[in-house]
Amino acid sequence: MHVEEKLTPETFPAEPEKATLEGKNKFLGFWFFLGGETVLFASLFATFLALRDSVANGPTAQELFKMPIVFLATMLLLTSSLTSVYAMHHMRNFDFKKMQLWLGITVLLGAGFLALEIYEFTEYVHEGFKFSTSAFSSSFYTLVGTHGGHVAFGLLWILTLMVRNAKRGLNLYNAPKFYVASLYWHFIDVVWVFIFTVVYLMGMVG
Amino acid sequence: MKKWLRNWRLVSLVSAMALLLAGCGKPFLSTLQPAGEVADMQYKLMLLSTAIMVIVIAVVTIIFLYVVTRFRRRKGEENKIPKQVEGSHTLEIIWTVIPIILLIILAVPTVLYTFKLADVKPMNKKERDVVVVNVRANLYWWEFEYPDYGIITSQDLVVPTGERVYFNLKASDVKHSFWIPAVGGKMDTNTDNTNQFFLTFDDKRAEEAGRLFYGKCAELCGPSHALMDFKVKALPRGEFDQWVEKMKNAKPVASTDPVVKQGEEIFNKSCIGCHAVTPVDGRPEQARLAPNLGNFADRERIAGILEHNEENLKAWLKDPEKIKPGNKMTGTYPALSDEELEALTKYLMTLSVQ
Amino acid sequence: MSTLARKKGVGAVIWDYLTTVDHKKIAILYLIAGGIFFLLGGLEAMIIRIQLAVPNNDFISAGFYNEVLTMHGTTMIFLAAMPLVFAMMNAVVPIQIGARDVAFPFLNALGFWLFFFGGVFLNLSWFLGGAPDAGWTSYASLSLASPTHGIDFYVLGLQISGFGTLIGGINFLVTIINMRAPGMTYMRMPMFTWATFVTSALILFAFPPLTVGLIFMMMDRLFGGNFFDPALGGNTIIWEHLFWIFGHPEVYILVLPAFGIFSEIFATFSRKRLFGYSSMVFATVLIGFLGFMVWAHHMFTVGMGPIANAIFAVATMAIAVPTGIKIFNWLFTMWGGSIRFTTPMMYAVAFIPSFVIGGVTGVMNATAAADYQYHDSYFVVAHFHYVIVGGVVFALLAGAHYWWPKMFGKMLDEKLGKVTFWLFFIGFHLTFFIQHFLGLMGMPRRVFTFLPGQGFETGNMISTIGAFFMAAGTIVLLANVVITTVKGKRVGNDPWEDGRTLEWAVSSPAPEYNFAQTPLVRGLDAYWIEKMEGKKGLTPAEPLGDIHMPNPSILPFVISLGLFVAAFGFLFHNDHAWGTPVGVVGLLITLGAMFFRSIIDDHGFHIHKEEVMEAEKKGAGA
Repeated sequence: MHVEEKLTPETFPAEPEKATLEGKNKFLGFWFFLGGETVLFASLFATFLALRDSVANGPTAQELFKMPIVFLATMLLLTSSLTSVYAMHHMRNFDFKKMQLWLGITVLLGAGFLALEIYEFTEYVHEGFKFSTSAFSSSFYTLVGTHGGHVAFGLLWILTLMVRNAKRGLNLYNAPKFYVASLYWHFIDVVWVFIFTVVYLMGMVG
Repeated sequence: MKKWLRNWRLVSLVSAMALLLAGCGKPFLSTLQPAGEVADMQYKLMLLSTAIMVIVIAVVTIIFLYVVTRFRRRKGEENKIPKQVEGSHTLEIIWTVIPIILLIILAVPTVLYTFKLADVKPMNKKERDVVVVNVRANLYWWEFEYPDYGIITSQDLVVPTGERVYFNLKASDVKHSFWIPAVGGKMDTNTDNTNQFFLTFDDKRAEEAGRLFYGKCAELCGPSHALMDFKVKALPRGEFDQWVEKMKNAKPVASTDPVVKQGEEIFNKSCIGCHAVTPVDGRPEQARLAPNLGNFADRERIAGILEHNEENLKAWLKDPEKIKPGNKMTGTYPALSDEELEALTKYLMTLSVQ
Repeated sequence: MSTLARKKGVGAVIWDYLTTVDHKKIAILYLIAGGIFFLLGGLEAMIIRIQLAVPNNDFISAGFYNEVLTMHGTTMIFLAAMPLVFAMMNAVVPIQIGARDVAFPFLNALGFWLFFFGGVFLNLSWFLGGAPDAGWTSYASLSLASPTHGIDFYVLGLQISGFGTLIGGINFLVTIINMRAPGMTYMRMPMFTWATFVTSALILFAFPPLTVGLIFMMMDRLFGGNFFDPALGGNTIIWEHLFWIFGHPEVYILVLPAFGIFSEIFATFSRKRLFGYSSMVFATVLIGFLGFMVWAHHMFTVGMGPIANAIFAVATMAIAVPTGIKIFNWLFTMWGGSIRFTTPMMYAVAFIPSFVIGGVTGVMNATAAADYQYHDSYFVVAHFHYVIVGGVVFALLAGAHYWWPKMFGKMLDEKLGKVTFWLFFIGFHLTFFIQHFLGLMGMPRRVFTFLPGQGFETGNMISTIGAFFMAAGTIVLLANVVITTVKGKRVGNDPWEDGRTLEWAVSSPAPEYNFAQTPLVRGLDAYWIEKMEGKKGLTPAEPLGDIHMPNPSILPFVISLGLFVAAFGFLFHNDHAWGTPVGVVGLLITLGAMFFRSIIDDHGFHIHKEEVMEAEKKGAGA
């Protein structure tokens, strides 16, 4: 099937992201990339676990964490994962407008998460929990910050895709791009679930 | 008859290897001339693994030589197409199973010795009756503290022979590694934690090695890593106890020699901030910034590497950077005139516990 | 759009290589860049050996020695061996599986440029205050104490080139899974392709821990982090673990492709199918798997305790089994064959005893209790040079001679090739064999000098003499390359005459599109099968038609350049006011280029059927 071909809901394949060789490559390659990312985060988690009690003279997790904010942020991100599933559902049904709409909601929720995280970080810094305060602080900001960086990159990526393709609609050239971006978004979400558990919940328990 | 032949071959092979290995190196430095329980265990493992490996190499070499001579393409064979063999399950099983057996033979003593060498229980008992030395590695010198005797020495480690000597190992600046090759393997001195292990110095073999073993830093630690040597005096228990007593009771002797007196003044002005002059030093380790000089005159080497004489001491005091690049003493005291060098040297050479 | 068979000026050629996404040209880029870094690393090795020729030598200073030593290791592993392995993979693997290109041609180019700029960045440290000086392992306490910017160059340079390697790994994984020609099942893939596949998987899982370690060190050195500062709760052992979780698989990342190269060469020049192919595949996968379980055997003396030491000791020994399987399979590939001693085959044959020595000393190192003696002594130096030089460098030299005609269309001179081989082979054993004994006699590694009277004099002198033999061999090789390039004759598809795999079925060098018609693969050693049935070419799997090709692009170069600029800025951000702005500008260049890549549609172009037919006619006549 040729990538630039104009398609209708009838001719649009069931799995548009894997309909072309390029799409298949992108799909598989991105899964491998996520495999590498998993190892990356695993290393960050391991280090965090090794250093989380090394607070030096700085605050401990219990003294610091603002659970209401974190909980709200978690809800936003989890919901955004769900909305991106809707978007992909509409993509497969060749409903471009609805896909864009749900992607838009995903981006808004993601932006909300990011804003809350930035707010959370500034609060911590004001309370004397700087990056250079202790080994715990360094590993906390690096782990959570790396995730936050991924969220920011994901937002820019999805936005770029939405704007670039706003007038063109769906085809087999851009369908894999949308699909892979949503895959990335799910991955970020899964990582956050672990951060919420390992960093925040376990941190509050002590 | 055949069995006899095979045994004889094995024995001769092992002894030939032993001979080859034993001929190597200096008795005060070489791992191939072990001088204590720990080095002995490690040497046994070396011999065992070498013997197994030589068997492997021999088998491969024989097949290898046969193949490359027998099956080379000769004149007139340009168009010969050999039979395309897929493989052989029997052969493949053989060369999977035999190595596994060989490795098990090696793995069992490896695990056994690894646990044996990690047995440091006696040093952590409340009422301990063993010799314990706290080793602190620094850029580029070693401090040896005997916590049970309350004495400290540097650069020259003194140990009793014929018994296990236990060590607490750590570093004060960057990571180093504590290694006395002839007496046993190394252990890292980390900046994060204290490591523990033991060594045994065999009396007879210490005697043969001149009662002086060479110690080395085995972890890259900066420009003078190569020069971070120390010496180990292995004494019979009686002599060791005497040494400890002398160290405990050592007091600076007031000298009447005006040159020595001048040297002492210089020392008290420029050096005493970092160097202590009595082996009993109650300050915390953070305050002990430089080698303890309590028994300086009894040392084996200047700066751990140069022959112990006044000339080398002067050279060291004059420009330590030239002798140990990157050391922490350079530039911490004002330049010394020849006369001051002479005085300081004379003074330092009076610091003895003998 | 087609650029086939057109004469070009120098500028156009340079532009062509800056923008190319063709795996064969990227292979040449990797070969040239990796070759230059190999010479640089070799020069550093010579400085080391000259300094250590006699006791108390003052050829170079202690501080400079540590820089040379660090850069020798770092350059040889990351900037010479890795890219040269990638050169072989790029040159051969797509053709071996019957593909027209790799899965991600654009990312392939990006991978190269990232490696290249990372390597250049690292080496600029020589001119900007001093090179890194904490060893290629850069253990945290020493590297944090290092006063110059050297370690910062190391940290940032390796991050950039590491990304490139990671991208390359993903690319080959997808290529091998998705791009195989019809009939090329997994169990018909040539061994080198298999090795590339497993190696790529190792890269994917081994490089992220290194990246994380480097990020920590960057944070500590440049941005006030405390990961490795015990005073604030940090722990330097974390660096050691992260480094070796990467570092040990890295050994297999290098040596598995070497095994792959030798597997091809043994089969070709014995004129015999690889003995025990399926067990070879199994052994390769098993080595790759076990490679991740053994990292802590580099840390036996750290004080992990006897339980961890014993477990890692036994796990390490286990790797000897699949490696042994391979050695015997190679021997029995030659058994009953018709062996032709070409230059590549000389390296392959010499590799067996050399690598066996490296392998058995590896098992010796694995015996934890005895390793307390070997660790950080010259015994270890000897061991890993037997593995890396006797395994990897021999393989790269063999592969270069073997595939040179396929890459450049000309054969390297066989006589000079054999001269190189003998010089290198003799020099190698002379240099490194004696070092086993130096280590056992108590000589620690990474020493800038040694004192007289410790029994180290003779051994070190012999070792230095050996190094000069290797240097001479390398010079002959360079001369060979120049002579061949100037005077060599063009060769046909199968210049060794015994080629078995698909790359020997296409012209030398292969056309831009590799295969005019995608071939149908009918078994292992696809080309050999066709030859044995008396056919000249491959059985096509498709009719002749237009061929779709990707467009060249300068963006990979720009993306990498941006990171290069950014690294400069951030490296100096504590010293100069311009640091941070320059860093941000660099990142903007990179992100901007990525943005353009994202919004510009790139559908590639087509080479028309007629052009293909014309090109094929020319190729057949050459």
